[in-house]
Amino acid sequence: MNLKIVLRSLGMLLVCECLTLLVPTITALIYKDGDLSSFIFTMFILLACAIPMLLIKPKDKNIYPKEGFAIVAIGWLLISFFGALPFYFSGAIPSLIDAFFESSSGFTTTGSTILSEIESLPHGILLWRCFTHWVGGMGILLLTIALLPSMGMGSMQVMKAESPGPIVGKIVPKLGSTAKILYGIYLCLTLLEVVCLMLAGMNFYDALLHSFSTVGTGGFSNRNISVGYYDSALIDGIITVFMILSGINFSLYYFILKGNLKSFWKDQELRLYLFILSAATILIMFNLLYTGYYDSVGTAFRYTSFQVASVMTTTGYMTADYNLWPMFSKILLLLIMFIGGCAGSTAGGIKISRILIGFRSILYSFKRIIHPKACYVVRLNDKKVDSQTVMSVTNYFFVYMFVFFTGVLIISINNFDAATTITSVIATLNNVGPGIEIVGPAGNFSTFSDLSKFTFSLLMIIGRVEIYPILLLVLPELWKKN
Amino acid sequence: MKIIIIGVGKVGYALSQSLSAEGHDVTVIDNNPKVIERVDNTLDVMPIKGNGFSTSTLLDAGCNEADFVITVSGKDEINMLCCLTAKKLGAKHTAARIRDPQYARELLLIKEDLGLDMVINPEEASADEIARLLTIPGAIKIQNFAKGRVRMMDFIVREDMPIAGMQLKSIAATYSIPILIGAVTRQNELIIPNGDFRIEAGDSVFIIGKTADVFSFSKILSPTPTKVRNVMIIGGSKIAYYLARLLEQMHIRVKLIEKDEAMCEQLAEDLPQTLVINGDGTDAALLQSEQLANVDGFVSLTGSDEENIIASILAKQASVQCIMTKMSKNHCDQLTGPLGLDIVIKPQEIITNQILKFVRGQSIETLHRILGDEGEIIELIATADDPIVGIPLSKLHLVPDVLITTIVRKNAVVIPTGNDSVQIGDRVLMITKNHINSFKDIVVSTGGIASEFKNSIKKLGNVIGM
Repeated sequence: MNLKIVLRSLGMLLVCECLTLLVPTITALIYKDGDLSSFIFTMFILLACAIPMLLIKPKDKNIYPKEGFAIVAIGWLLISFFGALPFYFSGAIPSLIDAFFESSSGFTTTGSTILSEIESLPHGILLWRCFTHWVGGMGILLLTIALLPSMGMGSMQVMKAESPGPIVGKIVPKLGSTAKILYGIYLCLTLLEVVCLMLAGMNFYDALLHSFSTVGTGGFSNRNISVGYYDSALIDGIITVFMILSGINFSLYYFILKGNLKSFWKDQELRLYLFILSAATILIMFNLLYTGYYDSVGTAFRYTSFQVASVMTTTGYMTADYNLWPMFSKILLLLIMFIGGCAGSTAGGIKISRILIGFRSILYSFKRIIHPKACYVVRLNDKKVDSQTVMSVTNYFFVYMFVFFTGVLIISINNFDAATTITSVIATLNNVGPGIEIVGPAGNFSTFSDLSKFTFSLLMIIGRVEIYPILLLVLPELWKKN
Repeated sequence: MKIIIIGVGKVGYALSQSLSAEGHDVTVIDNNPKVIERVDNTLDVMPIKGNGFSTSTLLDAGCNEADFVITVSGKDEINMLCCLTAKKLGAKHTAARIRDPQYARELLLIKEDLGLDMVINPEEASADEIARLLTIPGAIKIQNFAKGRVRMMDFIVREDMPIAGMQLKSIAATYSIPILIGAVTRQNELIIPNGDFRIEAGDSVFIIGKTADVFSFSKILSPTPTKVRNVMIIGGSKIAYYLARLLEQMHIRVKLIEKDEAMCEQLAEDLPQTLVINGDGTDAALLQSEQLANVDGFVSLTGSDEENIIASILAKQASVQCIMTKMSKNHCDQLTGPLGLDIVIKPQEIITNQILKFVRGQSIETLHRILGDEGEIIELIATADDPIVGIPLSKLHLVPDVLITTIVRKNAVVIPTGNDSVQIGDRVLMITKNHINSFKDIVVSTGGIASEFKNSIKKLGNVIGM
C-alpha cells in the first residue's frame, strides 16, 4: 500500500474537518456559553496533525482500490476521534471513550447517545453534535472531494469505498462536480427543511439543528425527549416527509433537476422503498388500533408514520415510546431497521438495492434447479447487474451477519437482557440510534461498559462505511508494500 | 430500369436473377472474382469486379444514370457507405441491407442523411413473418394486403381437416364464409383451381378473404384451436433475438437454447422475459428436460441448416404442433417435404420479395411469392389510365393464369363476380403465374383468350358459391 498518498489524503481530510469546525465555533462566538476555547483548541490540534501530513510528497499519486479503502477506514476513525475532542475539552462529556462514542454516533448518523440530560449543554456543543450528522450523512470524504482540490488520481476509489450501496457511479463526468452537485442537493434539502420548520413555529437554532439531523438521517436533538418536545402534528409531519426524502438516492434528485421525472418514478429501488414504508406503516397502524394502543386513526397514523419513517431511514427520532407497543409492531420495526434506506442516500442499514439484488439472485438460484443450464441475468432498473456485483452483495449479507453476531457476543458480556443486547447492536450497526428496552427511545447507552461503548463506536463506523474498509484494515496484505 | 446490385451473396444472386428475368438492366459489383465468374456464366447481367464504394467502380457501372442501387454485401457499414456514395454520384434510389440490431435501432435518425430510400433488415423481416405464423397455428404463410383488411393464408391440408377430399364448390356450399381458395400447390406444382377441383391431404392451399373471415375459416380447419402460449427457439441468431423480442411483446413465453455461453449472457441481458438456456439444441436429452413435448411452437434458427433439420425432427417426434425451420441454402427444397418439415423459413426469400416489391415501384403495394418463383400474389392500385377500369370483369380479356381475387374499395372488401368492375382507386389483389408490373400486363389486347377468362370467372363463381 502506498502509505504516503494515504497520509496525504488523510491530511486533507483533517483540514476539511477543521473547516467544518468553523460552524460550531461561530455559534459559540454568538452565544458565548464558554465552549469557544474547546473548538479553537481542537482546530489547533487538527492543523498541527494535518500540516506535516500535507507536506508529504508521494511519488505515485495514484489511488488504487486498496488505498481508497484504507483512506476511508482510517479517515472515519480519525474524524470520529478528533470530533470527540470538543465534547471532552468543554467538559460536556468528561470521559474520552464516551466522547468518542458520541462523536462516532454523530458522524455515522446513528444518533445513539450516552447523555441523558442535554438541554443544559452549551449551544456550540449541541450544534456540533447535530452538525456531525450533516457532515457524516453525505460523507466527509465526499465533502473533502467537493471542497478541496483533487486528492490525486483515482479519487473515485475513495468515493466508491465511502458511498453507501452496491453500485456507485458518478452523475457527471467530473468527480469534483459530482460531489458538488450531491452536496448542493443536500444543502438545498436542508435549507428547505429549516424554512418549513420555522414556518411551523420552531426557532431558527432548533430548526437548524433538527434539519441537520433529519437530512443526515442522524437523530440527535437538542431536546431531552427529542421531537416529542414540540408535540405538534405539523412538525411531526414535516420531519416525517424530510426523513423519507433523505432516505432516497440523492442522484435521483439530479434526474428531477434535469426534468427527467420518468426515470425518477421508474426507479425500482425507490418504488420498493416507498412500498415497504407504506406497508409497514399500515400494518403497524392496524396492530396498534387493534390492540387499542391508540383509539383514533389520525393519531395512530401520525405516530406510526413518524416512527416507521424514522426507523426505516435509520434516523432515530422518536415521538412515541415504541417500547410499549405490541410485540408485532416492535419486531416489524426491528426488521425494517435492517433494510434501511436506498443506496446513495444518507440512511444506513443493508440498503434496498442490496435486498433487491440479493432476492433476485436467490430467486434465480431456485430457478436454476428447474433449468440447470439456464442463463439468468440479475437486473436492476432493467440494466444488467454484473455477476461480480451480485456476488459481492450476497457476500455482504454473510459478512454483515458475521459482524452482527460478533457484536452481539461482545455486548452480551454486560449481562443485560436479550432484547437490549441484540437491539443495541442492530441499532448501532444499522446507524439507527435507539433499540428497545434499556436502549429504547426513552433510554440511552450510558449504562454499558467502556469495552461495549468502544465496540458500539466501531460497529457504527463499520455500519456507515459498509463493513469492508474497516475489516480490510486487519488484513495483513493491505499493509504490505507490494 | 437500370439497377446496380452491390454484393452477390445468396440474396444478391436471387435478386439479380429475378430482376434480369423481368427485363431490367442489372449490373452487379463484387470483389470476389469467383462470384463474378459464376454470375457471368449463369445470369444475363453485367458483372463488374471491384469495390462497391469506390467512385470509379460505381461510375463504371453507370451509377450516375442508375435508377436503383441495392447494396446487399455482408457488412452493414459498407452497405451504408456504398449507398451514400451512390446517392452522391446521382443514383435515383438506394436500398441497403442492415442487419446489426444496434444499427437497426438507431437508423431512423440517420436514414435520410445516408441517402437511404429503403432499409432492409432480413432478420427482422423474417422474425416478423415467423411471429405472424406462430399466432395462427396451422398456417404456413400469412400475408396482409390492403393495410391488413385482406389476409392471405397458406396452410397444408391434413387428413383430419374437414375440407380434405372435398370439392371446392361443396366447400363453398357447406361453409357460408366468403373466402376464396385462390391457389393450390400440389407436388411442387402451382394450380389455380376451379370449382370441380378436389382438395387432398398434403395440398398447400392459399385462401384469401377479409381478415375476420380468414380467421373464422381457420377455426373450422382445426376444430381445437390452440393458442400459442409458449415457444421454444433453438439458436441465438439475430432472427432469434428479434423473434423473442416480438413474442415477449405478445406475452408469449419463450425458451431460447443457444450453444455459445457468451451469446447466452448477452441474450439474457437483452431479453428480460425470455428463459435463455445454454446448451445444444440438437441434444435430445436437453430438449426433453426442457419439456419439448409441452411447447406449442418450435422454431429452429441456428446458423446451420443441418442442425435446424435435426432439431426440427426431434420436435416432430415429440409431436409439437407448430414447427418452423430456417433454411439458408436453396437446394434444400426437395428435402423438406419427405422430412415432414411443415414450415420452412428462408430469410433471403423474404427479403428478395421485399426488395422486388420496392423496385417495381409505387403502384405495387404488396407482393407475395408462392412456391419460389412460380406464382405471385400482387396488389395493385387502379388509376384512371388503366385499361380495365369501369369494365365488368366478364367483358375483360385477361391473359391466362391470372385471377382477380379481391377488390378493396374504400370501406368494402369485394370478392368479385362477373358483374363487378374495378373502379379508380381500388386496390386489386391478383394471383398470377407471370411477372406483372401493371394492369396493362394482364389484359390481352386482341381477343381469343376470352374463354380462358370466362373460365377464371367461372372458377370464382364456383368457389364462392354463386
